[in-house]
Amino acid sequence: MTSTATRPAASGPAHRPATERQPRVLSFSQKLSRWDLKVSPYLYISPFFILFAITGLFPIVYTAVISFQEWDLIRNSGTFIGFDQYIWILSQADFWTALRNTFSIFLLSSVPQLILAIFIAAMLDRNIRAKTFWRMSVLLPYVMAPVAVALIFSNMFGDNHGLVNNFLTSIGLNPIAWHKDPFWSHIAIATMVNFRWTGYNALILLAAMQAVPRDYYEAATVDGAGPFRQFWSITLPSLKPTLIFVIITATIGGLQIFDEPRMFDTFGRGGAANQWLTITLYLYNIGWGEFNFGRAAALAWILFIIILAIGLINLLVTRRLVRDEGGRGVVRPRRRRKGAQQ
Amino acid sequence: MAIAAFSASAIVLAGCAGGSGDEAGGEDGEITLTLATFNDFGYDDELLQEYMDENPNIKIVHNKAAITDDARANFFSKLGKEGLADIEAVEVDWFAEAMQYSDLLAEVPDSAKGRWVEWKEAAATDADGRLVGFGTDIGPQAVCYRADLFAAAGLPSTPDEVAATIDGDWDTFFDLADKYKAATGKPMIDAANSTTQGIVNQIEFPYDEPDGTVVATTNPEIRAAYDLVVERGIPNSAYSGQWSDDWNASMANGEFAAMLCPPWMLGIISGNAPDVSGWEIANAFPNGGGNWGGSYLTVPGNGKNVDEALKLADWLTAPEQQEKTFVNVGAFPSAVDAQSASSIVDSTNEFFNNAPTGQIFAERSDAIEVTPFKSANYFKYNTALQDAITRVFDGVEDAETSWNTFVAEVEAF
Repeated sequence: MTSTATRPAASGPAHRPATERQPRVLSFSQKLSRWDLKVSPYLYISPFFILFAITGLFPIVYTAVISFQEWDLIRNSGTFIGFDQYIWILSQADFWTALRNTFSIFLLSSVPQLILAIFIAAMLDRNIRAKTFWRMSVLLPYVMAPVAVALIFSNMFGDNHGLVNNFLTSIGLNPIAWHKDPFWSHIAIATMVNFRWTGYNALILLAAMQAVPRDYYEAATVDGAGPFRQFWSITLPSLKPTLIFVIITATIGGLQIFDEPRMFDTFGRGGAANQWLTITLYLYNIGWGEFNFGRAAALAWILFIIILAIGLINLLVTRRLVRDEGGRGVVRPRRRRKGAQQ
Repeated sequence: MAIAAFSASAIVLAGCAGGSGDEAGGEDGEITLTLATFNDFGYDDELLQEYMDENPNIKIVHNKAAITDDARANFFSKLGKEGLADIEAVEVDWFAEAMQYSDLLAEVPDSAKGRWVEWKEAAATDADGRLVGFGTDIGPQAVCYRADLFAAAGLPSTPDEVAATIDGDWDTFFDLADKYKAATGKPMIDAANSTTQGIVNQIEFPYDEPDGTVVATTNPEIRAAYDLVVERGIPNSAYSGQWSDDWNASMANGEFAAMLCPPWMLGIISGNAPDVSGWEIANAFPNGGGNWGGSYLTVPGNGKNVDEALKLADWLTAPEQQEKTFVNVGAFPSAVDAQSASSIVDSTNEFFNNAPTGQIFAERSDAIEVTPFKSANYFKYNTALQDAITRVFDGVEDAETSWNTFVAEVEAF
């Protein structure tokens, strides 16, 4: 009783100067504005995280739970069996074939794709007529549905009546066994991937190139550097952060490749001798072909770990590579400064 | 908060669904039945309208999946939960997988039992004796061939002559292929794996037995089938397997001269080779008869209108309606009475030189003596065997290595 009685007096304005506790005692609106400052930013970004928790995090955790169980999707029940599914997958010859194929297709697509994308971006960065037209055309293949791309290309890479083989035989060469030889099947699939993604990457790199201050080039021209020297010493080093981004997204995409190998033949199971079986295709076969969701979930987690590991290696390597390139160019001053500090 | 709202709306939705379902059984309430099929069952609007006219309180919504794989994925991801249609079509290749969950499917009413050919009904009856599938069509196989190419190769070419030549075992069939190859230098058969399919469909327990014993790798019949196809099928075949773009194109350009054909294959041939006039049907099949394909209608047991759905499925698979779907899309009836109906017996196919298709396939259906036992793993084993033959066909592995790979694959399952 007494405390409630004294309280208003204690916090009354009259006492403020004496006690000097003014900042602690806040009016409601003051409190509100303080909360506003602290909490609002989180509220503004919360839609993404709430949505992610529902549509992203939950499936991820659920997958982890299922991966340790012998799971029956239909009766929605499972028995805990520990790491058995992981061991089973790692002991499958198919898994290692799939891993080999995935990396082979990934390298065959990512490397030429990025080199070509940088080249195209550099060309688009120059002063050409109808710029917007060329830039938009580069993005066209990306707009096409992957399934449509795969349909067109599987027509081109037909073993007997394909466009490419018809051309090869017409000029007296041997037709290529697109659906028999692992290497050639990877080339065919990588071609589809490159067709779709080169333009997309080129546009991202082009945006980064446009952000490079033109003074550098002017200065380089004054110093007598040719276009190639300028490209190596100015453009490439400036692209570093963008390149890292592009390479990492290409890695994630490349390791998850699914549409193209699935559409490569009629059955979509990766070939009779697993010639073009990729990890996600293997995952799909286990999950939706055999309805063994425990194993599929374990494989999904293995794939996640692989992507994480490759992503990290990728980051380290690209950083190093690009920094070394930069040593001779724009980044040099920063190095000197570092040296001076030591 | 969002999560709470999300789950709350889910409850509301579920509540609504349950409520309307319970009340829909009332006297004058209209009932909506959903029917999910794939490819083309021949259930056109006219046919469904007929049922709706007879049953004014029923409204049918028909959803068609493009291919059976889509239907299969949908069926198994929702079975045991909610969201399946009141009537779901199931393909015979994955029907065995569905039979594992036969307790989740509603039982076919007694009045409909005995309507279908015996083996069709037997395959849809589970260990407890519950019949859970309404048979739609079946795929008794005959041999389709190019009369013009046969004649050019100096072989008999009228349907009766060809049927008489083929009538025998698989060796007789491959002997004819050898003659064709000797005369033309070309393979006679479309695909090595269509012969594998034909042979395996004549083995009673190809990969495993009802008690769960797996015999896929030890079954002498399977090994014999493999050896036969490798030795005689592969050299006489244009392709390893069917359904590729190349294979589709080949029906028109004379790359091969014969293929095994169930009734549903006729449409595929005439569709791919509309301008070729030489295709005919021989009323014969190596080693007697064989069935390839065919579907069932099932009614998920937890549906909202199980009773009404059973009535509709019953009606759709009754002999009269099976006659109509045969006329619509050539789905050959599995109902015994429909097979002898005049609309089927007298039917002919213009593309195949007016062959009496109804009569031919009715006779081919009678010739079926063995239908393979298909367990839930049938699809996996069958795919692995076909892959083994494809590897030999492609020259990726030799016959023995490829067989060993097949054994290793089966052991991994």
